Amino acid sequence: MAVQSDVIDDAGPYDRAKALSAFKLGDLTFYWITRLSAISVLLILGGIIVSLIVGAFPAMKEYGLSFLWTQRWAPSADPPVLGALGPMYGTLVTSFIAMLIAIPVGLGIAIFLTELCPQWLRRPIGMAVELLAGIPSIIYGMWGFFVLGPFLANTFQPFMIKIFDGVPVLGAIFVGPPSYLSLFNAALILAIMVLPFITSISVDVFKTVPPVLKEAAYGVGCTTWEVVRSVVIPYTRVGIIGGVMLALGRALGETMAVTFIIGNSFRISSSIFAPGTTISAAIASEFAESDGLHQSGLILLGLLLFVLTFFVLAAARLMLLRLEKKAGK
Amino acid sequence: MNFLKTIVAAGLVAASTSAFAADITGAGATFPFPIYSKWADAYKKETGNGLNYQSIGSGGGIKQIQAKTVTFGASDAPLKAEQLEKDGLVQWPMVMGAIVPVVNLEGVKPGELVFDGETLASIYLGKITKWDDAAIKKLNPNVKLPSEAITVVRRSDGSGTTFNFTNYLSKASADWKSKVGEGTAVEWPVGVGAKGNEGVSGNISQTKNSIGYVEYAYAKQNKLTYTGLVNKAGKPVQPTVEAFQAAASNADWAKAPGYYVILTDQPGDKSWPITAATFILMHKEATDKAASQEAIKFFRWAFKNGGKAAEELDYIPMPAGVVQLIEKTWAAEIKS
Repeated sequence: MAVQSDVIDDAGPYDRAKALSAFKLGDLTFYWITRLSAISVLLILGGIIVSLIVGAFPAMKEYGLSFLWTQRWAPSADPPVLGALGPMYGTLVTSFIAMLIAIPVGLGIAIFLTELCPQWLRRPIGMAVELLAGIPSIIYGMWGFFVLGPFLANTFQPFMIKIFDGVPVLGAIFVGPPSYLSLFNAALILAIMVLPFITSISVDVFKTVPPVLKEAAYGVGCTTWEVVRSVVIPYTRVGIIGGVMLALGRALGETMAVTFIIGNSFRISSSIFAPGTTISAAIASEFAESDGLHQSGLILLGLLLFVLTFFVLAAARLMLLRLEKKAGK
Repeated sequence: MNFLKTIVAAGLVAASTSAFAADITGAGATFPFPIYSKWADAYKKETGNGLNYQSIGSGGGIKQIQAKTVTFGASDAPLKAEQLEKDGLVQWPMVMGAIVPVVNLEGVKPGELVFDGETLASIYLGKITKWDDAAIKKLNPNVKLPSEAITVVRRSDGSGTTFNFTNYLSKASADWKSKVGEGTAVEWPVGVGAKGNEGVSGNISQTKNSIGYVEYAYAKQNKLTYTGLVNKAGKPVQPTVEAFQAAASNADWAKAPGYYVILTDQPGDKSWPITAATFILMHKEATDKAASQEAIKFFRWAFKNGGKAAEELDYIPMPAGVVQLIEKTWAAEIKS
């Protein structure tokens, strides 16, 4: 032992320094590689913002802030009159309705899967949810076009219109000739498309609830509903909201399926059974054949979507922060 | 920006001349894509020379030829003579098609209904909203029309089809001209927008009591219920190859500088009112003269041998008289 330790001691100072510097170099390289990767995200994001601003500049100069509340979209007028109100309205309304449907259904599926579902049914349902996420958006669009649209127009919409006919506010929302290309159809397809985001993430976070907590709650006589409401959901709130935000991001930006079934009309109608358009659908439709101010206007729409998404995500962060604070008290 | 374009263009031209000396490059309108690719196929078999055509849309075609990144550009909407002069371009019509109104009405067969431009414009303006409107009834006294709301379908994407359709409505209705006007994408007062000719066809075949407009080939292939139209001479005509050709031959090509003729609402008893030519654009003095000559050879071949293929795909070949005029233009304006 003694001899060995002597040898090590002899060789020690030299090897140790060398080994340490080798470690240091490795560490430094690793540090810089990861740091550059992280910084590249900022650079890419900055590049996108700059190119959007450069492309949108002519339209910004021409229309200024009034772009935001002009409803007219007349690219062939001389000079073109462009306004973002129609597509902005469509984007927000379809996303809102989609979330209104997808959040309760998605959470419902997640709760059923983790708390109530018999073992043998768990896998099939779980896989079905994952498959929903894997279907390309154009397939949703086609399904909405050929299957859901006709069903809504021939069965669901006439029924709703009849029920709410003459009711003050609701009457105006459910009014007009049923059409299978409508804001409502697009919102419904969006709801189905974002469902897997909410469900998968909720299932994952529900699984992180320590069994002890739940068992304790059951132990003092809580029902399943009470456990879910007072233990599972409060414990996983942050994760759930993360999933919802991811879903909302997808709903705001979804293009292909929406372009197929929304009806692409720039006019704002009080009815959700009327055709409308979203920012991404408008860009996808018109970009290829646009030039000059028209193209610049479309790029400005893109910039607007970027900003809109940013604000939605920022608002979600704020909400989360407030929730944390409240929970901390 | 222009500097950059020149570099890219020069690079592309250099690459294309060195690597694929015999290949002609073109880009533009989507509407003639099927026939251009069929011609290119046959031409390659005969001569060994290929053609690379990218269907990126008429607007894209014009931009590409202006930037000199392609040997020829293609557009459904012709450029005005002064614009051609400014860019040093030559333009001529290559092949024609037609646009037909289509409807989905129970019990109505193809060709049974007739519209005139004024009525069609009123429907697309949202002034006529029911099928049993007096104006439609007056034109079709023998057709049973339901008292149902009309579902108006139109294109959502910018397109040459829309340009020609709105151009016709502008000529036929002063109201349309002042309120909406013409363009590849316009401010539609009513209706749902569908993507592409196939989108409009799909919409019409699924939605009861709807009306739309598509390329004749789509109406024919999808067995849609097309309608007749009252032409400029006040005669009702059916969409047939003879009617499309009548419109083309009645047009005054010889007097139009740069062949700037839009074939809608042409005179003549037999003319179909929404006929449309699709155009080719080339530089008078191309950077690569060999490629330019090669392209002209291809177009000459297409005019001479391509008529049958065009008719098979429901396009209408240019009348012989017009082809002669175009040959003269080539000889006079394109420098080799």
